[in-house]
Amino acid sequence: MPVLRIPTPLRVYTNGQSDVTVSGSNISEALSDLTNQYPTIKPHLFTDGGDLRPFVNLFVGEHNIKDLQGVNTPIKDGEKIMLIPSIAGG
Amino acid sequence: MLPELSHEEILRYSRHLLIPEVGLEGQRKLKNSSALVIGTGGLGSPVALYLAAAGIGRIGLVDYDVVDKSNLQRQVIHGTSTVGVLKVESARAKLTDLNPDIQVDVYNEPFTSENAIRIAKDYDVLIDGTDNFPTRYLTNDVCVFLGKPNIYGSIFRFDGQLSVFYAKEGPCYRCLFPEPPPPGLVPSCAEGGVLGVLPGTIGTLQATEALKVLLGIGDPMIGRLLLYNALDMSFDFVKLKKNPKCRVCGPNADIKELIDYEEFCGVPGHDHEDGSAGSGLDITAPELAERVKVNHLKLLDVREPHELEISALPNAVNIPLGQLASRLTELDSADDMVVFCKGGTRSARALELLASAGFKKVKNLKGGINAWAKEVDTNLPVY
Repeated sequence: MPVLRIPTPLRVYTNGQSDVTVSGSNISEALSDLTNQYPTIKPHLFTDGGDLRPFVNLFVGEHNIKDLQGVNTPIKDGEKIMLIPSIAGG
Repeated sequence: MLPELSHEEILRYSRHLLIPEVGLEGQRKLKNSSALVIGTGGLGSPVALYLAAAGIGRIGLVDYDVVDKSNLQRQVIHGTSTVGVLKVESARAKLTDLNPDIQVDVYNEPFTSENAIRIAKDYDVLIDGTDNFPTRYLTNDVCVFLGKPNIYGSIFRFDGQLSVFYAKEGPCYRCLFPEPPPPGLVPSCAEGGVLGVLPGTIGTLQATEALKVLLGIGDPMIGRLLLYNALDMSFDFVKLKKNPKCRVCGPNADIKELIDYEEFCGVPGHDHEDGSAGSGLDITAPELAERVKVNHLKLLDVREPHELEISALPNAVNIPLGQLASRLTELDSADDMVVFCKGGTRSARALELLASAGFKKVKNLKGGINAWAKEVDTNLPVY
């Protein structure tokens, strides 16, 4: 199953888990599974209307899903999905 | 015409001159080049030190802060002897000791829309070592408008990011992050902490990229983003593309000049905690000390459990901010309540959450438990 890498700022919502195994054949399904497993992460990823928040960047392998098929981007078994956060510390 | 190197400089840079990719000509290029380091904190410290050591002819330092003892865990350009000194002066003294042959120009002022172009226009590269979203968007836009590379690094706890945003040849920061996250979602290092060596790792990588760009060698991180995690010791690279809808560097860009970045991000252009929830919503530490003598007050501590080992107030209930929304049933909106955290930022957000849930008798301890430690109970440490 695909593995979703959770960035540090959001791990507080995944019981500290850095990698969450999710089910699904595309990003949308994988994110649904993630938010089912960890419901408190949902408002940080999605707007009230259910759209992915603009500052949320998801990469499948090396590629931003915005450059692929968005949340319909297909994912393969074992593929790494990375959630890339905005961080500002310096 | 590139400047010549003196015999002393040839000796100083001998190890560079031995590398064919640098050589005498490369070192003269570095002497002829300039870099503006925005922020002389965790990232700016190693960046400025290594660029000075490498012989960049002119280094600019922008910061308006003074050195605080809590900086020294990671800001290695400063020292115990310069606590209380302007950061740019503390840094300049260290750099000119390390390399007296270079010019160090300091700008003891915040980097803002008003002064950014004036400060940045004569530098070859800008290095983003800031600690907040408004200044990051500002740095990006300045680089896009002036056509300069933005050597980007950013850190949080154990995570670091690195890229070279250069709109002439690839994406800019806004192509990846068109909008900042909502205020409060991503804690600052002042709130959330940072591993002291992390800015050392990312800052030295930024210095590496700056040298590569200035020398015109290697494969700079244009169009690539490094994601580093110190706990996993993982280095992941992803590809970045120019966003055709980018509002500053896209073909239909509608942002043509610098804007109000604090308004755009909804947060101030620094990571200091002002500790206030706004007028009428705060209680100061001395006021709280008086009130607890006469009234029954519920104290709500919204810090993380491990912070209670550093300092705590007796009889306070601990519900970390991240759990507050799901644990409201443990609180009674009829109670007079004072909410606190380390410095007042998280508790101010807790107040907003409580207000939206119908709690009306809630105050924020201005400046947090640190204010209490400074003004009421000096037996407690400040952190």
